[in-house]
Amino acid sequence: MPTALTELTNGAPAPALQAALEGHLAGADRVWLHEALAEAEAAAGDEAEAGAGAAGRSAWALPTWEIRFAEAGRHCRPAQGGPSGPSAQDLADAARVLILHTVRADHDTTTRLYTHGTAAERRAVLLALPHLSAHIPPASALPLVEDALRTNDTRLVAAAVGPYAAEHLDQHAWRHAVLKCLFTGVPVDAVDGLAPRARADAELARMLRDYAAERTAASRPVPDDLHRVLALTADRDTATGPDTATGPDTATGPDTATAPDAPGDRDTTARPDTADRPHVTAAPTEES
Amino acid sequence: MRIFDPHIHMTSRTTDDYEAMYAAGVRAVVEPSFWLGQPRTSPASFFDYFDTLLGWEPFRASQYGIAHHCTLALNPKEANDPRCTPVLDALPRYLVKDSVVAVGEIGYDSMTPAEDTALAAQLQLAADHGLPALVHTPHRDKLAGLHRTVAVIRESDLPPERVLLDHLNETTVKAATDSGCWLGFSVYPDTKMDEDRMVAVIKDHGTEKVLVNSAADWGKSDPLKTRKVGDALLAAGFTEDDVDQVLWRNPVAFYGLSGRLRLDVTDAPEPLHEGNSILRGGE
Repeated sequence: MPTALTELTNGAPAPALQAALEGHLAGADRVWLHEALAEAEAAAGDEAEAGAGAAGRSAWALPTWEIRFAEAGRHCRPAQGGPSGPSAQDLADAARVLILHTVRADHDTTTRLYTHGTAAERRAVLLALPHLSAHIPPASALPLVEDALRTNDTRLVAAAVGPYAAEHLDQHAWRHAVLKCLFTGVPVDAVDGLAPRARADAELARMLRDYAAERTAASRPVPDDLHRVLALTADRDTATGPDTATGPDTATGPDTATAPDAPGDRDTTARPDTADRPHVTAAPTEES
Repeated sequence: MRIFDPHIHMTSRTTDDYEAMYAAGVRAVVEPSFWLGQPRTSPASFFDYFDTLLGWEPFRASQYGIAHHCTLALNPKEANDPRCTPVLDALPRYLVKDSVVAVGEIGYDSMTPAEDTALAAQLQLAADHGLPALVHTPHRDKLAGLHRTVAVIRESDLPPERVLLDHLNETTVKAATDSGCWLGFSVYPDTKMDEDRMVAVIKDHGTEKVLVNSAADWGKSDPLKTRKVGDALLAAGFTEDDVDQVLWRNPVAFYGLSGRLRLDVTDAPEPLHEGNSILRGGE
């Protein structure tokens, strides 16, 4: 397995994701995947079929590709007795992301699928957002991310803090997303663009220190991840430099090499360079 | 003792219950959609409830090492309320979901024409979606209700071996057995069945196609009744294999008819903050 499936699901080019997924599927499930993607491709060529309001169909009837999207979890399962690899959730995530990519899901479609979706389907919609930037107006899927961040379901929270959130969440919402991860036990490794967005963020640092004080006052342990993010906020040297996303980062400590957002350790082909994003610093208006 | 509770309404239960159920041996549950104890006033209320059964409740269960599946339907009581019946049109969108292992609870409450219509329509939905059906038998006028239920099933496209008749008791077990359906018994503190009567029924009937559930909900009920029946069976001389058949293999076989049962809970989220993510924050 050249690359972890979970890393590919969240923004890698679709062919690489499909190749990785197929490597983990048994024959019948691979056939199912091919048929599902063919149906999605056919629907993508038929705008009415891909969208919500196909003529002649009741409001609740499902196009075939949406049934495939719903049933992915029972067709993409780890092969029996095989070596330990991706979990059933990883495989279903990958298949659903591929279906959404292939059908070129637009704003209305992603919103509908999220709204009527199981937690697993909602998770896939969130993971697919970086794949769909050509079909969804910038930031228009933010309500889905915000909905997921309001839940206490860690599967949804983890999926909500990917590249799409890194690109589009404003700094106040992003700080609360980081804090939510710490509160609910989602590893901050899930937070895309953590280092560049946390860098020199004094307000985030204050929130982290206050949370640590609250934990300490209650005689409860402070999560290790909190210290890690706090260290990132302390790195001010390269905050506005042109090499923010690729330069050496000395503030993150020994975890740097294993963090998915470590410099140079990420796939930069499928998402905008985080260094290009305007770096928002704490401003009174943001907190109002 | 491994236990599969094939009928329990966990949305009405606390995390203490999940903890106690796991300690008692419960490793899997099926949560049928049903009445909330007060009327719903629109289909949207059902959709939020279905979302809970397809998202949040399985997540809660997974935190306690328990696999959670559900059955979805318009329940018999609200089949009589025209504000709710449009749910029938939306059910196909939900019945394709991965963790839906049956259509249910359907059946009769007051045996009205509206209930006839909803029961027949939902038996057809089960047949169309390759799902079995969980059929509630009425609490009032139970034996007549059972006969009428079986008659509707016979007229449907769903074969009786894909139907679980629930809330049976001494007065209905024979007719239910003769129908060829699976046999469900709800064990309650004061009403429905109790442990000793359950043992007597199994002594008489045997363990074949028998499922025992707690049907625990918002009323006086006990989510550990499955375990208590298991203990009572052992005390009465049944073997561990008999108990395993009733409390595990039979529910696995019935809901396995859906092809969607997943009993591994290895997909539980990453190790969580203090072992518990059912957090409102800062706990």
